[in-house]
Amino acid sequence: MPVIKDGQLVEDDWTFMPDSVPLDEVSRPVISLARWQGESRALRVRNLRLGLRLPNDADPAAVGAELHRFALIELEFPTFRDGRAYSQARLLRERHGYLGELRAVGAIGRDQYFFLDRCGFDSVTVAGDEAELARALEGWFEAMAEISVPMQPASDRRPPASSLRERRRAAAGAS
Amino acid sequence: MARRLSGDLDEDRFKPLRLMNGVYLQLHAYMLRVAIPYGTLDSREMCRLARIARVYDRGYGHFTTRQNIQFNWPKLAEVPDILADLAEVEMHAIQTSGNCIRNVTADHFAGAAADEVEDPRIHAEVIRQWSTLHPEFSFLPRKFKIAVTGAARDRAAINVHDIGLQMLRNEAGEPGFRVVVGGGLGRTPIVGPTIREFLPKAELLSYLEAILRVYNRLGRRDNPFKARIKILVASVGGDVFAAMVEEEWQALRGGSLDLPEEEVARIAAYFASPPFEALPAQDTGFEAMRFEDRDFARWCRTNLHAHKQQGYAILSISLKPVGGVPGDATAEQMEAVADLAERYGQDEIRVSHEQNLVLPHIRLRDVHAVWQGLVAAGLGAANIGLVSDIISCPGLDYCNLANARSIPVAQRIATRFADLDRQHDIGELKLKISGCINACGHHHVGHIGILGVDKKGSEFYQITLGGSAGEDASLGDIVGPAFSYDDVVDAVETLVETYVGLREKGERFLDAYRRLGPAPFKEALYAGH
Ligand code: SF4
Repeated sequence: MPVIKDGQLVEDDWTFMPDSVPLDEVSRPVISLARWQGESRALRVRNLRLGLRLPNDADPAAVGAELHRFALIELEFPTFRDGRAYSQARLLRERHGYLGELRAVGAIGRDQYFFLDRCGFDSVTVAGDEAELARALEGWFEAMAEISVPMQPASDRRPPASSLRERRRAAAGAS
Repeated sequence: MARRLSGDLDEDRFKPLRLMNGVYLQLHAYMLRVAIPYGTLDSREMCRLARIARVYDRGYGHFTTRQNIQFNWPKLAEVPDILADLAEVEMHAIQTSGNCIRNVTADHFAGAAADEVEDPRIHAEVIRQWSTLHPEFSFLPRKFKIAVTGAARDRAAINVHDIGLQMLRNEAGEPGFRVVVGGGLGRTPIVGPTIREFLPKAELLSYLEAILRVYNRLGRRDNPFKARIKILVASVGGDVFAAMVEEEWQALRGGSLDLPEEEVARIAAYFASPPFEALPAQDTGFEAMRFEDRDFARWCRTNLHAHKQQGYAILSISLKPVGGVPGDATAEQMEAVADLAERYGQDEIRVSHEQNLVLPHIRLRDVHAVWQGLVAAGLGAANIGLVSDIISCPGLDYCNLANARSIPVAQRIATRFADLDRQHDIGELKLKISGCINACGHHHVGHIGILGVDKKGSEFYQITLGGSAGEDASLGDIVGPAFSYDDVVDAVETLVETYVGLREKGERFLDAYRRLGPAPFKEALYAGH
């Protein structure tokens, strides 16, 4: 399934591996949290490039300091109405300092793209035929352009309205 | 105020509003609700509502328990015209969709009440801005409502909201908030526990973010009837929930959510007091009128409230005339109120969640003239807080979820107690009616609550006693088997008479019930049966 990443449609080079399937079949496997917890010692010594899929009721603290071992973390949206992964994403970025790729997988559409970006996601899976994929990418750009100044701080670098005003005030005071 | 606030309406503010209206259009085909932020209106906005009532509806509008106005009969094809008319005065229809942080409400006496620490609308507005298109909290388990009061006297029902905030001062005299979480009415009524006795004002948003994060992660998503935060708080217990929030907050606090004082000052400026005159505490003309005119005196007793500024009063306009529909106002009445507000009231009008209107800043010396204007407009009912000041949901007449009619019951009760002297003798009595278990009429927190139920296809009414939405919040107790449509008014009268017979001097119905318990009331209602 392709993903939107950095404003581009790219082929997904990661593969989610069910717990029973050996990992060496693919170059970039994504494993479940249960598998990591069960086999972490064996996995650590193998020095694989790994991705982790966190179920959306998991606390990122459960992986703790080892989060940095994963080049990719996937967070799940079973339906677009289930917003637990937004909190997980912000915790990963703001509390645990996770710097790898954060990916949204599941039922997400254009109306969620802006929220994803603000919560620190880098990429999102998209499905459909060529026309649908093109529309999704167009939707991504529209969503990013729609709101220029957000009303609250989050995990992105957009300064919220209040801090912009503060800067303006500071500038006015200095001149 | 909406207009003044949106005088600051730059791109970031305009877009969300547009989106909300866009979403809204697809939703309400037959009934249009117009948002009145913090229940605050000026005369221009009120006149526009009057115009909409006249041109697009049947000449009246209905003020609801959520501090907004509802038009029941617009034609779908005309909705875009109505929205355009509203947009001209920077008003809009209500965002009713989505499990996000919905409206933030505040005390309808905000900025005027003698007992307030600070105008609660300032921080209600801070919260509204913070929650607008919040990226983390736009897909919560369920909708989320926040209420703020600036005073110890709770006129915003903070104990029955998802989050309730009461402004207070700590021992050092610094302003902050008491935080109540997980209250609510509806199918599972709960008076929320206090999870923090004092939260410094500057740290409000980080604490709210901690509450919302705990709820977003742990709230139930498998059953919409169990998804409100009150169910989560009740299932783990207030203390455990408080500890979970505390842990999250300790990790969050001190970050960029703390509002710089300048930013709060900027918002506060929109809610600045109008210029008050320095007046004596007493006005001789006003006192003389009260002495001479018995009707005026009686009206003053219930409809005037203490103002923070000496020489001024807060004035309630009852939308509960005997035999009327609670909360209804005609276009002419709206215009009359707008005119009085402009001439005498610093151009400010409020809508209360008790379905009445308020003129928050009236000089004592003008009170009599305003009263005369109200009487001329058919708005002179002297019954604020009395038995005929009934809160009622629309019920079977307008709502397809209803089990029973509510408005006709309210009208019959008000007619039964039409004698004003008798009402004044009975004193404060809050009667609330809901047409079904969804509790839009807040019956659980009525001193007397009436709930429409369906018994084998006919309308019955279950009565609860001893509820309160105020600072002494409690849920009413079911008194016994339900009454038929024909008998329910007699039952209310029996309850009132029982109270009158047993009360001590100066004791309100609620206090008498709390002292006596349900037994004498049950006895009086069911003894003969
Ligand atoms: S309480 Fe029931 S009948 Fe009344 S308005 Fe709400 S849903 Fe309708």
